[in-house]
Amino acid sequence: MSQVTCDHAPGDIPEEESTHSSGLLVYTIGLLLAVALTGTSFWVANTHLLWGPGTPFGLAVLAIAQMSVHLVFFLHITAYKDSTNNFLALAFGVLVVVLIVTGSLVIVDDLKMTTGSTASLSMPGR
Amino acid sequence: MNVAVEIAALRPATPPSLSEAGPASKRTTAGFGFWVFLLSDLVMFSALFATYAVLARATAGGPGGSELFHQGNVALETACLLASSYSCGLMSMAAHSRRRSAFYLGAIVTFALGAAFLGLELHEFGDMAARGATPQSSAFLSAFFTLVGCHGLHVTVGLVWLVVMGAQVAVRGFEGAVDRRLLCFSLFWHALDIVWIAVFTFVYLIGVHA
Repeated sequence: MSQVTCDHAPGDIPEEESTHSSGLLVYTIGLLLAVALTGTSFWVANTHLLWGPGTPFGLAVLAIAQMSVHLVFFLHITAYKDSTNNFLALAFGVLVVVLIVTGSLVIVDDLKMTTGSTASLSMPGR
Repeated sequence: MNVAVEIAALRPATPPSLSEAGPASKRTTAGFGFWVFLLSDLVMFSALFATYAVLARATAGGPGGSELFHQGNVALETACLLASSYSCGLMSMAAHSRRRSAFYLGAIVTFALGAAFLGLELHEFGDMAARGATPQSSAFLSAFFTLVGCHGLHVTVGLVWLVVMGAQVAVRGFEGAVDRRLLCFSLFWHALDIVWIAVFTFVYLIGVHA
């Protein structure tokens, strides 16, 4: 990085690694990591290696890891200084996503506890 | 970061600082704008995921996820989409270095894998409908078809977009606007693969396990 440049576009490989062979290497490393994580996910779901109730948690961790791999190796979103805007936008997006999903689950769970059940949701004919 | 800027400013023959460099290139602003759109799209998907998570057990006495989902089919779909993400990356590299035939090869492989994914998904939907598991049967199935169908709709739009991009490259070559659209397309396609990771984990794998 010889000069203070503006951010690179999201999805673009930063200049210093944009030669053909290294770009190919970035995508290939990403593919291998993604295949390994996907394989692990399917394996974990079909084995009793993990403690039963903990399996969804383990799967969630694997999914988040694979999403990060895709972001870094395929979309080239990093926390380096020439990607600040892209990274900040992503951080805000993740914040909203987490608020929506956990907020909905917490509220509905609370509703379930205070009203006894959500039987009305699962009644036939509704 | 500011410290780094100041250190750079002390050196002789310094390159322009951020304020002197002028506005960002059109490629950067177009890419960033599309990135913000994609993040808002992810927010929309998160609402569908939240809906599905709330309704996943509301099967109205009908079949649940563990009876309906075939893991083999899901694994094939995942492989198709992951491979197409990789070939999309190779395609954008070929576009970057202006290698036309490599670009077309990448585009065709990406399209074929995306279409295979869509075919598998439609086959799965048809199979479920044939067994009476339609969106009308339960809140769980409504949420399932909305979420997974919305992702499938995005893939369909992506396939149409890819055909348009192929035609634009054929007619106009890799000129500025076409190049920026290719950048936006690859962002779109990679983002769809990220959404699919969430789908196969939280809908299918956890659904089969539960």
